[in-house]
Amino acid sequence: MRHLGVLARIKLTDDEVTQLTGQLDVIVDNIAKVSEVATPEVPATSHPIALANVFRPDEVGQTLSPEQTLQNAPDAADGRFRVTAILGEEQ
Amino acid sequence: MAAAKLMDYDKALELFEPVLGFEVHVELNTRTKMFSDAPNPANDEYHGAEPNTLIAPVDLGLPGSLPVVNATAVRSSISLGLALGCSIAESSRFARKNYFYPDLGKNYQISQYDEPIAFEGSVEVELEDGTLVTIPIERAHMEEDAGKLTHMGGATGRIQGAEYSLVDYNRAGVPLVEIVTKPIFGAEHRAPEIAKAYIAAIRDIVRGLGISEARMERGNLRCDANVSLRPRGQEKLGTRTETKNVNSMRSVERAVRYEIQRQAQILADGGTIIQETRHWHEDTGTTSPGRPKSDADDYRYFPEPDLLPVRPPRELVEELRAALPEQPVARRRRLKAEWGFTDLEYQDVRNSGLVDVVEATIAAGTTPGAARKWWTGEIARIANTQEREVTALVAPADVAAVQKLVDEGTLNDKLARQVLEGVIAGEGTPQQVVDARGLAVVSDDGALIAAIDEALTSQPDVLAKIKDGKVQAAGAIIGAVMKAMKGQADAARVRELVLERAAQS
Amino acid sequence: MRDIIRMTAAELGERLSAGELSSVEATQAHLDRIAAVDADVHAFLHVSEHALAAAADIDSRRAAGEQLGAIAGVPLAVKDVLVTTDQPSTSGSKILEGYMSPFDATVVARSRAAGLIPLGKTNMDEFAMGSSTEHSAYGPTRNPWDLDRIPGGSGGGSAAAVAAFEAPLALGSDTGGSIRQPAHVTGTVGIKPTYGGVSRYGAIALASSLDQVGPVTRTVLDAGLLHDVIGGHDPKDSTSLEEQWPSFAEAAREGSAGQVLKGLKVGVIRELPDSGFQSGVAASFHDALRLMEAQGAEIVEISAPHFEYGVAAYYLILPAEASSNLAKFDSVRFGLRVTPGGNPTVEDVMSATREAGFGPEVKRRIILGTYALSAGYYDAYYGSAQKVRTLIQRDFDEAFAQVDVIATPSAPTTAFRIGEKIDDPLQMYLNDLTTIPANLAGVPGISIPSGLAEEDGLPVGIQFLAPARQDARLYKVGAALEAVLLDSWGAPLLDKAPILGGTR
Ligand SMILES: [Mg+2]
Ligand SMILES: [Zn+2]
Repeated sequence: MRHLGVLARIKLTDDEVTQLTGQLDVIVDNIAKVSEVATPEVPATSHPIALANVFRPDEVGQTLSPEQTLQNAPDAADGRFRVTAILGEEQ
Repeated sequence: MAAAKLMDYDKALELFEPVLGFEVHVELNTRTKMFSDAPNPANDEYHGAEPNTLIAPVDLGLPGSLPVVNATAVRSSISLGLALGCSIAESSRFARKNYFYPDLGKNYQISQYDEPIAFEGSVEVELEDGTLVTIPIERAHMEEDAGKLTHMGGATGRIQGAEYSLVDYNRAGVPLVEIVTKPIFGAEHRAPEIAKAYIAAIRDIVRGLGISEARMERGNLRCDANVSLRPRGQEKLGTRTETKNVNSMRSVERAVRYEIQRQAQILADGGTIIQETRHWHEDTGTTSPGRPKSDADDYRYFPEPDLLPVRPPRELVEELRAALPEQPVARRRRLKAEWGFTDLEYQDVRNSGLVDVVEATIAAGTTPGAARKWWTGEIARIANTQEREVTALVAPADVAAVQKLVDEGTLNDKLARQVLEGVIAGEGTPQQVVDARGLAVVSDDGALIAAIDEALTSQPDVLAKIKDGKVQAAGAIIGAVMKAMKGQADAARVRELVLERAAQS
Repeated sequence: MRDIIRMTAAELGERLSAGELSSVEATQAHLDRIAAVDADVHAFLHVSEHALAAAADIDSRRAAGEQLGAIAGVPLAVKDVLVTTDQPSTSGSKILEGYMSPFDATVVARSRAAGLIPLGKTNMDEFAMGSSTEHSAYGPTRNPWDLDRIPGGSGGGSAAAVAAFEAPLALGSDTGGSIRQPAHVTGTVGIKPTYGGVSRYGAIALASSLDQVGPVTRTVLDAGLLHDVIGGHDPKDSTSLEEQWPSFAEAAREGSAGQVLKGLKVGVIRELPDSGFQSGVAASFHDALRLMEAQGAEIVEISAPHFEYGVAAYYLILPAEASSNLAKFDSVRFGLRVTPGGNPTVEDVMSATREAGFGPEVKRRIILGTYALSAGYYDAYYGSAQKVRTLIQRDFDEAFAQVDVIATPSAPTTAFRIGEKIDDPLQMYLNDLTTIPANLAGVPGISIPSGLAEEDGLPVGIQFLAPARQDARLYKVGAALEAVLLDSWGAPLLDKAPILGGTR
């Protein structure tokens, strides 16, 4: 559970950890239920209305102004978004 | 951090077999981004824009924004897949790769996972001595680039010790094709050279296709190099490291060599290799450990629900296949045969990066031998003294024009070199330089005959020898005449006239 | 003149174009109504300060002789899940408090272009996760029929606004029933269009493969008028359909004119027995079917054996997609930032922000979704659920080979009391039993009021489902039944709702 919290970037309290741990059963129950009919020969549907090859022409559209880009920034400096130390590494 | 102990390279190769693998990211030079209509900074026209000025809502992951696939990026990806000898998927789809990082606007990267656009191919790369090596390609898939972080407040500008970081999302959403090789066996002691040659091959391919600016210093082409070692005679693959951030061809070569030596030493000392990413440091020529492969790699891939499958029509695939330029290696092989060069002559041209200009010079009407001679000789020499790029000095058409003046007898070799110097110095076309400097050979027989007669008169002993049939004695007269003409005479014509006048006297 | 706020959008449109009413008057009347009742109902999170100016603009354009659309000048309430440039867009969450979008959702832009007047942003369950609007970070919305009861969800604000005569029209979004179920419990009309029929661009995503924007109104015709404005292809949404759609308003008019029910084959699902529904809900449903039969419709029992797997599939797909869609709320580019003490890293800041900014239901679903997508589980969890979608689509295909539309009660119960089920997420989930299959399969669905439940006097809705792309059929059938019901009631159902704010 704590690991899920790290993956999802949500700091969980001890109470939440306890509560949510119990609820993972919901997922387990759901999987048991769908497994009754989700047999290998059934194809998966990822889009309810099947389409393919939806493309955009390679033409420049309107961009956001720098003001619009930064208008909701919790912190910005020098035309860029500012965040605290990363203490990790670049991907 | 203490420098790692390195085993002697030859010793390492004696004990271990290196196995390589590469992930190369190619930034496409489309006008717009992969999933938005914002300008693409990997296109020359938009390179170097101010931070956060090439932004559409989806590049920031703004609430409510949606991605739409760039048609040209798909075409470019298919072309690249075909150039890599890959099969093009009947049906391909995008997937979300979920991980949190501040340079990733949506905190997932739209990539491809189980259904890449291209798979199962191979690339032939040519080593310096002309050896061909086949690199097996696992897949090539489409994805988007992340933004750029600048680490502030630390001493090094590196992430460690920085107080805060600034994010520019211009690069977020730049179209990428990630090319993944299969494990490469049998590289042996040539592993570093093969690594370099492979990157060069990818660069040549994408340049030839015109789908990327392919400038490594700008990050248009980025290489992650995987290296593992296995003891001689062992079947099982060793643990690999993935060295990131290797952004020049020379670095790729060095990084692979370094990892082989580093890993060999650890293994020989009874240690184990940790599966991890490592960072290449250009300045020190070393790698340092990044994070170990772990939970962070739980990317929770799933099919991107905001995008539809890509099912390239077979006609499109065939159209793009027909439009493929000749493979660089195949082309070089063809040219070598056509030009009739010896192995050595050909390697000289190829290793100096002169294939294109020599080809263009020949296309402009010069013989292969003359074209090669100019580029590997005089032009290379000038480039060397001026510390400039050979191919940037002079246009192939001008070289061909100079040679034409030689063939016509307007210039001799010495004059031709002067004309070329003038062209390189920016004095104009070869003809303009000839005119301005008055460099044409003297073709007026009258002036030549006068000079010849004078020389014959002043050297009666030589004249006598010539009349005696000792034709080689004419050299002294020819030399004197050439000197009198300040070199601007056609030596062959002078010789002809000398023999004529001597016979008549 | 009749009370402005009780007019339908169609009627307002007619009076506006006839010059009998100005948009400023119409807008002011609704703003007054909001001022009078919204303290009790709490349908709105934000009331637009630009509404009257927009109305005045429409009036002057009309005065200048400009040809305007059928409902130009009519006020519109906008679910807060839709981003707007002139008002904050929060999706009911603290993490987006005060967020100002630099672009309008396509449906909002189209509404503005058609001359509709955005009145304000309506309340909703946080990020549309819920069936009661109790999960709004800004407090619950109350059902105009009984202020102690829920207005449904997630679009409780839009439904309540329309039911409380605070707006004639509203926009909603429906991921598992969030338009249709609130319509059911508030005695209003709601349509979930065919997936791809209305652009999702600018709708803050919950589950991308399920979300669909649609109209929330008091009459089927009004829904058609609004659908005509917002629908159609949008190149900004890759999943948007390219078809030319017929006029849904025309379809509604055709339906109310009669004859549509004659010979209509209405499917009733064998696997949804009455025992699954509150008795008054089942009774109202059967009454409606009998009325349709009396008009010549044929009731046909059909089988949809896989519908019972819908809820399980839905609660695998939704959290998975939601956990990814909601990753963008990380305090870097927009929204809340909570910086813990010490020397926090970006990761610390993100985790603290998301801990503080998301409500418990959102956290629960993100965690469940993260789990469902985690290492090795994708195929078993998300992938298997996607197979159920195929099976449900097949059920629909087989059913629609036999019938023109399928009918179900829109939801199992009438409006429950606020707080009654909030600690029982499973019970809450079952609320979506009848509505979820349409989202999984992408087919359109409509809920219209069928009457009041005997035992509690609260509204009940009947849902019709049609094949994908056959939205017009729903407008015809819905308007036809609506007309018959109106005939039998003698007045709109909402006339039976209690008086609010003393202005009735
Ligand atoms: Mg990679
Ligand atoms: Zn990649």
